[in-house]
Amino acid sequence: MTAYIIRRILYAIPILIGVNLITFVLFFMVNSPDDMARMHLGVKRVTPESIEQWKVERDYDKPLVFNVEEDGSDRFTQTIFYQKSLALFAFDFGSSDSGRDISYDISQRMWPSLAIALPVLIVGLLTNISFALLLVFFRATYVDFMGVVLCVIMMSISALFYIIGGQFLVGKVLHLVPVSGFGEGIAAWKFLVLPVLIGVIGGIGGGTRFYRTLFLEEAHRDYVRSARAKGLSEIKVLFGHILKNAMIPILTGVVVALPLLFMGSLITESFFGIPGLGSYTIDAINSQDFAIVRAMVFLGSVLYILGLVLTDISYTLVDPRVKLN
Amino acid sequence: MLSACGQAWNNPYPQSQAGKNIYYSAFGERPKHLDPARSYSSNEWSFLSQIYEPPLQYHFLKRPYELVPLMASKMPEVVFLDADMQPTDDPQQVAYTDYLINLQQGARYQPHPALATDAEGEARYNAKWPGLEDVHTLADFEHTGTREVTAEDYVYQVKRLASPELHSPIAGLMKEHIVGFEAFQKSVSQAYEKLKQKTGEKHPWLDLNGYQMEGVSALDRYNYRIRLEGLYPQFIYWLAMNFFSPMPWEAERFYHLPGLKENNITLDWFPIGSGPYMLTENNPNLRMILQKNPEFRGETYPVEGEESDKASGILDDAGRDLPFIDTAIYSLEKESIPRWNKFLQGFYDLSGIGSDSFDQAVQFGGSGEVQLTEEMRQQGIELQTSSATSIFYFGFNMKDPVVGGDSQRARLLRQAISIAVDYEEFISIFRNGRGVPAQGPLPPGIFGHREGSEGINKVVFREVDGRPVRRSIDEAKALLAQAGYENGIDPDTGSRLTLYYDSTATGPDDKALLNWYRKQFQKLGIELVIRASDYNRFQDKMAKGTAQLFTWGWNADYPDPENFLFLLYGPNSRVDHHGENAANYNNPEFDALFDRMKYLPSGEERQQIIDQMVEILHKDAPWVWGFIPVDYVLRHQWYHNTKPNLMANNTLKYRRIDTSLRDQKRVEWNPPILWPLLLIAVIFIVTLVPAIMLYRRHERSRAR
Amino acid sequence: MVWLWTDILIWLLVVLCIIGGYYSSKHPHLREPWKRVAQSSVAVASGTFLAAFIIVGLLDSLHFKAGENDPDHGEVISALDVVMRPLRKNQEKTYSAPFALHLFAKETVEMPDGSQQRIYPRLKHGGAHLESEEERAADIYQNVISALLMALITWMILVAMVGLWRSEGRTFKETISVWICVRCRVQLGVSKGFPWPTLLWTAMLLLILLFLMITLGGKYHILGTDKVGEDVLYQALKSIRTGLVIGTLTTMVMLPAAILLGVMAGYFRGWIDDVIQYLYTTLNSIPGVLLIAASVLMLQVYMDNHADEFASVIERADLRLLFLCIILGITSWTGLCRLLRGEAMKIRELDYVQASQAFGVSHMRILMRHLVPNVMHIVLITIVLDFSGLVLAEAVLSYINIGVDPTTQSWGNMINSARLEMAREPVVWWSLSAALIFMFTLVLSANLLSDRVRDAFDPKLRGIQ
Repeated sequence: MTAYIIRRILYAIPILIGVNLITFVLFFMVNSPDDMARMHLGVKRVTPESIEQWKVERDYDKPLVFNVEEDGSDRFTQTIFYQKSLALFAFDFGSSDSGRDISYDISQRMWPSLAIALPVLIVGLLTNISFALLLVFFRATYVDFMGVVLCVIMMSISALFYIIGGQFLVGKVLHLVPVSGFGEGIAAWKFLVLPVLIGVIGGIGGGTRFYRTLFLEEAHRDYVRSARAKGLSEIKVLFGHILKNAMIPILTGVVVALPLLFMGSLITESFFGIPGLGSYTIDAINSQDFAIVRAMVFLGSVLYILGLVLTDISYTLVDPRVKLN
Repeated sequence: MLSACGQAWNNPYPQSQAGKNIYYSAFGERPKHLDPARSYSSNEWSFLSQIYEPPLQYHFLKRPYELVPLMASKMPEVVFLDADMQPTDDPQQVAYTDYLINLQQGARYQPHPALATDAEGEARYNAKWPGLEDVHTLADFEHTGTREVTAEDYVYQVKRLASPELHSPIAGLMKEHIVGFEAFQKSVSQAYEKLKQKTGEKHPWLDLNGYQMEGVSALDRYNYRIRLEGLYPQFIYWLAMNFFSPMPWEAERFYHLPGLKENNITLDWFPIGSGPYMLTENNPNLRMILQKNPEFRGETYPVEGEESDKASGILDDAGRDLPFIDTAIYSLEKESIPRWNKFLQGFYDLSGIGSDSFDQAVQFGGSGEVQLTEEMRQQGIELQTSSATSIFYFGFNMKDPVVGGDSQRARLLRQAISIAVDYEEFISIFRNGRGVPAQGPLPPGIFGHREGSEGINKVVFREVDGRPVRRSIDEAKALLAQAGYENGIDPDTGSRLTLYYDSTATGPDDKALLNWYRKQFQKLGIELVIRASDYNRFQDKMAKGTAQLFTWGWNADYPDPENFLFLLYGPNSRVDHHGENAANYNNPEFDALFDRMKYLPSGEERQQIIDQMVEILHKDAPWVWGFIPVDYVLRHQWYHNTKPNLMANNTLKYRRIDTSLRDQKRVEWNPPILWPLLLIAVIFIVTLVPAIMLYRRHERSRAR
Repeated sequence: MVWLWTDILIWLLVVLCIIGGYYSSKHPHLREPWKRVAQSSVAVASGTFLAAFIIVGLLDSLHFKAGENDPDHGEVISALDVVMRPLRKNQEKTYSAPFALHLFAKETVEMPDGSQQRIYPRLKHGGAHLESEEERAADIYQNVISALLMALITWMILVAMVGLWRSEGRTFKETISVWICVRCRVQLGVSKGFPWPTLLWTAMLLLILLFLMITLGGKYHILGTDKVGEDVLYQALKSIRTGLVIGTLTTMVMLPAAILLGVMAGYFRGWIDDVIQYLYTTLNSIPGVLLIAASVLMLQVYMDNHADEFASVIERADLRLLFLCIILGITSWTGLCRLLRGEAMKIRELDYVQASQAFGVSHMRILMRHLVPNVMHIVLITIVLDFSGLVLAEAVLSYINIGVDPTTQSWGNMINSARLEMAREPVVWWSLSAALIFMFTLVLSANLLSDRVRDAFDPKLRGIQ
């Protein structure tokens, strides 16, 4: 087990290098360091000298990936790519191009993201599974049919509409919760209710349908038939057999998503003014803050890989037949 | 039920803030710089100007805008010197101008750890202080201190403008005017490089006190002098901007302590000022809080104003001590819709009006006067309008072979386009009438702007009953034919003339706008191709001069015609001189007039020159003149003293809030409506009933 | 003719579908699942709707430069634009509600007596043929009736034609009953098979909608107008092509790579598997939005630097659309690749593949003969399942300004402008509703159809039916 994990971690390193390279290439194809300087220095009265200075100060005056003016290994190390990427592997994100400490910002902003993503995941999971069980329970009746139609209808509605509509109705017309914003500590709950609710509702269609298929697959297996033949009540069959056996794919599906919860939701966060990592990323893209973008991509990749490893481990935990090798 | 908890359900603020004298506002984008030497955008100034105090300010109430002393005890004394340093009155002889500024005594800085001293009077926080790495906000420092503001602090700040570490946006401009600025810049740069090599640090602290700038010196504790090369009458306006606020040198020393920069504690982020407010919480991810500065020297509400101010009640507070508001909380609010909704619910005290909520708030009376809708008036919301000192224009790149240049053909083409692009329609569609079509580069309220029939741009408009009426599209087509593009057909290619509009509008929200521009050019038979790009790419195109048509705006730095006409001054050309003349317009005649106009005092002679200049511009049409925005501001009934002042940013100190009225209205306006929730619950249960019956039947049938 | 890049790809796709259809009809193992799909009423109804969307999309994919005598002289327009000329040309000044006679916003208008008043001005085109405003209700009523009549007549002709084509010796009454009534079919003992009544009734619905558009579309703005006075119905119809292009081409462009790499990884294992896995894990672990944002920005830079290569707005917009498809494809092909790899790993262990290997059949041949055909059902299922998600994704991407070009008509663009319209009072609801209803219909039909297709092709599910 330990050996496996170590191997996975070693395997992650080339992936992260690749991710870094791709981000780097993409970003600098779009933005020259001059662009970044202009963006950060503001609009009025910016001179070429101040752009040069900005670049020197932030080490953007070096060549991108290959330095012809140096010798030996310095040809590769005296470049923007090398200098800016190496520290990432030590999780030292440095300071953003506007001068703020990225690690500190991330550590501050991941909690609001989590405060939304986690309830959405948990409440969503519970709701979706209950609805799916309900549909499976009533399978081949009008309830099932209407339910599936309803799911497809809900899936066919744009997520943007849920957000716009929800904010309009609950915040503006009904005056139940603040329209947007965020608070500290416990006081945050009233800001979270609406985004969480919208997140859950937006996911019901797809989620319920997915779990329904999952359960139906189980429901047609032989052991379920024999359970029924034994005369077990439908409820017992559902919870005792179908749900129990479907837990494996459900759990592993959740585990792979767990680490990425930290990354937050881009649109919900910016719409509800929640200071999480999602809105952090969007802001960074808009203001072309490469340091933040790179840090977030790196973090995202690390979390993704972490998710994969966790999935593998969780497989062995829930299903003793699976051996890691 | 509601009165029991005393607060609306949807109140975004904690219960503990109820009844407090707090002003609530929002910010959409986190300020990039809060260092007065670097900050150059209005969203940053809305914070900074409450904290820092330059020598002068604009009078809160008087119009036209008038400069009055703020930290200075009186208006600066201006002395003209000839080449031999002798006072002179002859403008031809003037080689230097001296500004002598006398400061008020007894002004003190806000309590700040940088000024904290120990028993011996030495700085308490120094490099040896333990635990500097664990500090994440200024509040983590236990001790604070204060001291008097002196002339040296003002001199120090001017030196900072030249500092290589800060690259102040106005360094380039001041280099041309302040005596010794450039030399100072050079010597400090060298010293800074040396220091960097010596210490090996990336951002070492260089004490600017050790270097002298020839033209700026403190005469004594309360007097200092700034010496300029030749004449630059507009300099006085700069003295009312944050760039010239005082800065204690201790602050720079303090913020360069090891470990602070790494923890985001910089002067660019935590200001130290002497103004009525100080920044106590700076969390750009959530909110920024300004609190009353306990050390504020005191200022009183102005007693004079315009005639109309007496009737409006804005002078009721005359002579009272400023500031009125204890705390100002600015919350992060990125989207305009939530912001607007919160304003309507009473959770923000003040709001602008977005184009899309306009019809909800404002209607035009029977004869076209602006008034609030019934709904707004019932809420006791009041409306204030003011014509902005800015201009939005549609520019031609004068370096472009098709639309640019001095040829008659290009000029006629530009004139035809100027007529075709119907900015009246633009204003009515995209700005709900919140703007006036510009007749030239000067907006109203700026000296040189002509009202009425004298001001009409005769190339684009006809005068009907003293009002401008846009010339017909047939006239534009005739001009186009004269230019050789009959019906928009380019004789060289035989097909439609194609022009390129370089736009930064890339989002879906801008689709309507871009379509509208295309429609305008279609009227002439010209095809307009949109080249949309991000702002950087756009800047790049402008700098290289590869753009053809573009839209841009300018917001006045100070209320002087020079600040608008220099946008078309040849030596300011964007391509050749990296200046602000984005159209790269270059007309020697215009430039010569500009050089004269610049140094004249506002008067009859200056007006005449400006008239000539504007006429040249009308004929050459380097811009389609676009429009002057009119700002509409809404305020709640509990929020007082809000006369729009487009020049002054330090107006928070004048505002007053009736908190009990606010608390009462918030509860009144936000009753929670619960019945839809109950309805949903009932519907859910009702739908389940047949399902359960079905299940029962099902079970029974299985049992059978 | 003007061939835009997406046009070429769309018609290529059409050709491929025809070939694929022909091929399937010749092979029973492919024909059977399709037959199962065709026997489902839901699939036929949604398929009919989809077909209507596809026809509009295809019409909109025939671009040409308007000729000398054309009122749009010099512009690149599509066949759809020609068909809908009245809708396109009837532009108002700004918002107007569906079937409105007046603008939605007040304007200062000079009255005949010289005074100025703020009124809601009459529309230039909407209801311009009416003598007085009271006639509107009667006029709409008349038009609806005539549209219904026309639809009925056309439909009856259609039914008669189908009936004559396959009368099979039934009486007239029986024939008609067989074609339009499901229950009668059962009573008359016609074998199950293709649900003709469903098709015909869906066609009826579509015919009614078509004739309503024809009779009313030119006279009124059925779905109102947008901020610059463009007809919303026209926008919604034009958006169909964008939706279809995003939904289909996105999976198509990366399909060859996904299939090849996935199958290769599963078949060869070893270092090839490692490399391919590395490739898709790396791509997959980059947050998709960021990849898309960077790529779209990059394209803009390219376009700005090579401005002369894109003569017209439409070409620029088209290239951006294609590029968006490609980049969306890059972010989404990894899932399919992973699935295929797993499937290929299973197949390579099967006896006949082992046998082929033992006989020394070349790897390439085994891949092409045994593996690729045997994973095609997964590919097909993925394509149909991804379609609706992609249509929805487009709207979300437009929100962060990295979607289609702002000049391209798309539901995403419509919804995003509607975001601000929702804050108006009174609310401008028609743009949002129109986009949502159209998008919803497309996505719903696609979802329903894809469900059936999956059920029919997925061997795992086959036993359940």
